[in-house]
Amino acid sequence: MIKDQEFLKDIASFCIENSKKLGATDVGVKVIHSVSENVSFRNKKLDESNRADSFAVNLTTYIEKKKSSINSSDLSKSNLEKLIERCIDATKITPSDENNSLPDKDLMSKEIRDLNLYDETHYPNNKKIEFLKKVEETASTDEKIVNTEAGFTENKNNFILANSNGFLGGYKTSNFSSSCVAVSRINGAMERDYEFGSTRFLQNMMKPEEIGKIAADKAIKKLGPKKIKSEKIGVIFDKRISKGILSTLASAISASAIARGTSFLKDQINSEVFPNSINIIDDPKIEKGLGSQNFDSEGVETNSLKLVENGILKNYLIDTYYGKKLNLKSNGRSGGTTNLYFENGTLSFKDLLNSEKKFLYITETIGHGGNIITGDYSVGASGFMVEDGELTYPVSEITIAGNFKEMFKNITLANDLEMKYSTNAPTLLINQMTVAGK
Amino acid sequence: MSNFFKETDIDTSQAEAIVTETLKHCDDGELYLENHKSESIVLDDNKIKSSTYNSDQGYGFRAVTGEVVAYSHSNDISKESLRKSSENLKDTLKSKKGTYNHEIPKTNSKYYENINPIESKTFDSKIDLLNSVNNYLRSKGSIVNQVTANFLGEHKSIEIIRSDNQVLKDDRPLVRFNVSVVLEKDGKKETGVYGVGGRQSYDDYLKDGSWKDVCDEAFRIANVNLESKQAPAGEMKVVLGPGWPAILIHEAIGHGLEGDFNRKKTSAFHNLMGQQVASEGVTIVDDGTLHQRRGSLTIDDEGTPTENTVLIENGILKNYMQDRLNARLMGTKSTGSGRRESYKHVVLPRMRNTMMLSGKYSQDEMISSVDKGIFAVSFGGGQVDITSGKFVFNCTEAYEINNGKIGSPIKGATLIGDGPSILKEVSLVGNDMKLDPGIGTCGKAGQGVPVGVAQPSILINKMTVGGTKL
Repeated sequence: MIKDQEFLKDIASFCIENSKKLGATDVGVKVIHSVSENVSFRNKKLDESNRADSFAVNLTTYIEKKKSSINSSDLSKSNLEKLIERCIDATKITPSDENNSLPDKDLMSKEIRDLNLYDETHYPNNKKIEFLKKVEETASTDEKIVNTEAGFTENKNNFILANSNGFLGGYKTSNFSSSCVAVSRINGAMERDYEFGSTRFLQNMMKPEEIGKIAADKAIKKLGPKKIKSEKIGVIFDKRISKGILSTLASAISASAIARGTSFLKDQINSEVFPNSINIIDDPKIEKGLGSQNFDSEGVETNSLKLVENGILKNYLIDTYYGKKLNLKSNGRSGGTTNLYFENGTLSFKDLLNSEKKFLYITETIGHGGNIITGDYSVGASGFMVEDGELTYPVSEITIAGNFKEMFKNITLANDLEMKYSTNAPTLLINQMTVAGK
Repeated sequence: MSNFFKETDIDTSQAEAIVTETLKHCDDGELYLENHKSESIVLDDNKIKSSTYNSDQGYGFRAVTGEVVAYSHSNDISKESLRKSSENLKDTLKSKKGTYNHEIPKTNSKYYENINPIESKTFDSKIDLLNSVNNYLRSKGSIVNQVTANFLGEHKSIEIIRSDNQVLKDDRPLVRFNVSVVLEKDGKKETGVYGVGGRQSYDDYLKDGSWKDVCDEAFRIANVNLESKQAPAGEMKVVLGPGWPAILIHEAIGHGLEGDFNRKKTSAFHNLMGQQVASEGVTIVDDGTLHQRRGSLTIDDEGTPTENTVLIENGILKNYMQDRLNARLMGTKSTGSGRRESYKHVVLPRMRNTMMLSGKYSQDEMISSVDKGIFAVSFGGGQVDITSGKFVFNCTEAYEINNGKIGSPIKGATLIGDGPSILKEVSLVGNDMKLDPGIGTCGKAGQGVPVGVAQPSILINKMTVGGTKL
């Protein structure tokens, strides 16, 4: 059973009171309890069951402008007393920094709205097993599928965030997720693909048959890939990876990267960064949203932000510390983006594929080849060739490369946005990237 | 005597009784207890950005029968919590019957001392050193745009209680010291990163001004990158420098030789045992026994002593890396490769220090044999798809080679290759094997564990370089 708010509040208050007693001028604390149950299957047999019951306390103490933190999983008061003492000792001898402080009182979240983030339904392990059996049965219908793995995880979480300025808030969240990985084989060569569903409410979970079928179909389609010649070509990003473009944007417009001068988008506020048809929104208040929150990780009120409007960069993602450095107020983005998405484009998926004679359609990238400082981008990729609007053959062992600044300006969006993750993008085309192959 | 039950309502013998009772119809399993202390102190943008101390303790209770693993973990070391976990494990495995394998090898070797690096250097002196790093690098001129430096130190104590009261213990220190510098010249910005570490105290790596060498190396890499041009795109010859570039070996073949992927037949290597998978001069080992190295372990996280496992000998595939579960199911022995990130994670077969051994050629011979290609000296991270065998890694310092001579530095590009075939493309193996500086962390199934790599310079006949210049 997940612990209730009173239990967590008691520990939070204990931490604040004891820190103040030992000389802290300000204190911030988060207490979390989570219970997670996971079952995994492999080739239609039970493979693993895993139950996790975890506590965490994250405490930050301030003495004027000096700051230090501790984290612990042991909630016993004797342990916490020892750690608080250690934290205060470290705080005393840490050099001060004029930007260290709790958030301004008037920015704090005032009320907690029920965003429908908690489903108390418990899905017992025998139900998970039935679900996974269906996933794998559907995934292994085709004889080209030689291996399947499937998993179901149920997560319940409760937390309290509090500080010595009187802020205290928290709420329960839940998450149900299921995945399937299928391995296909032909002539001794294998390919792997997957499908994944994640929801706040059990009733919104994808059907098991759907998860299994998508994973298997994708793995089979990838069989017999070719390596293509190096060339400059338009690259279409499948929805599973197009959201990566937004994650890059989020890193590049975080107040920390801007204040430290380590972003390729430094000094680009109010400039045209994307084509003028593009709008990018970060909305924390979507009901049942996977990235939804009432307040950010410092307790600051968080509301919907238009990060990019008609192609123009309008907002950074600002927390208290880096906000002070930039002389800007926190906009409730300590901890990053919430539900981040591109507003839909106008072209249908089909029209996008038909907009030129030939494209490279990428379904997966590997490697960490994005550089936020210079904007340079180079990653391994696999996917399909598109000729006259049709996916003609699978492609692998190639790289795609470019620079984010130019890539951003050459984006065309399709109109197939789905809210499946916390960051979501429709299928998108980047006109002209360098593909390295043979 | 166990240290884990001191302030709890349960004693060692009661815990042992629960373990024995829970595992009596199982093939394997244990109660794994862990106490983990760690610290992170970060200097960034001329300030001490954060100082954090973490204290984590908990247990992971595992029962294994056949292919099925039941696992339950908690931070709450108490009678009630262990009983609940026990019920949970028994419930999962209720329809299975196994025979417990009591055999576990013993060792008297120790590959590191039981020191706590966090306590063996004062907080003040850590702060002082970080400030010295900042001042030293910034004194190199206004070209220095940003300096980040950090200490990461930890001490982990583990106890493994197996059925029939066998108890195995290990205490593991680990440190890492990193410096990252951003230089700016003519509107162009580039980064250089360098770090050192291993299973000793901080001062073993930083004393006598050797921290300045770490700064100088980060500065040198950033400086080289300021002059970098567009990287070429397409297939060409690649010379890899010694040391850290061995993450190519780690990604390209290391993961593919982990026991679980081969038992499950999802690795591109699963049907290649005993076959030629590399050129004749290539020998690759995975060694957990190197003194004080980041990837070394006295015993693995199942209690098995580590060893030096030969993976590929003169091009022939000899062994996979095994934990107890996969070894049992494949009819072989654990190689001491069973590892977990923490008590929150199940054991998986993992790499320790993965090394390609020296051959007979010099680096100069390799470079002078290349008409058109690249010379890669350092890398960022890498990744592999073990099923298709395709792997990538990112160059952080690389140069063009034209007509046997090293030319201009090139921008960071991804290199992509095919695991099972890449080692057949290794045409020359250098005589200059070097260990990495002690900075690697390997990710698998969401678990990060510290690892090491080593290799000599090697010449690869053909690899795809993912630049932008056609």
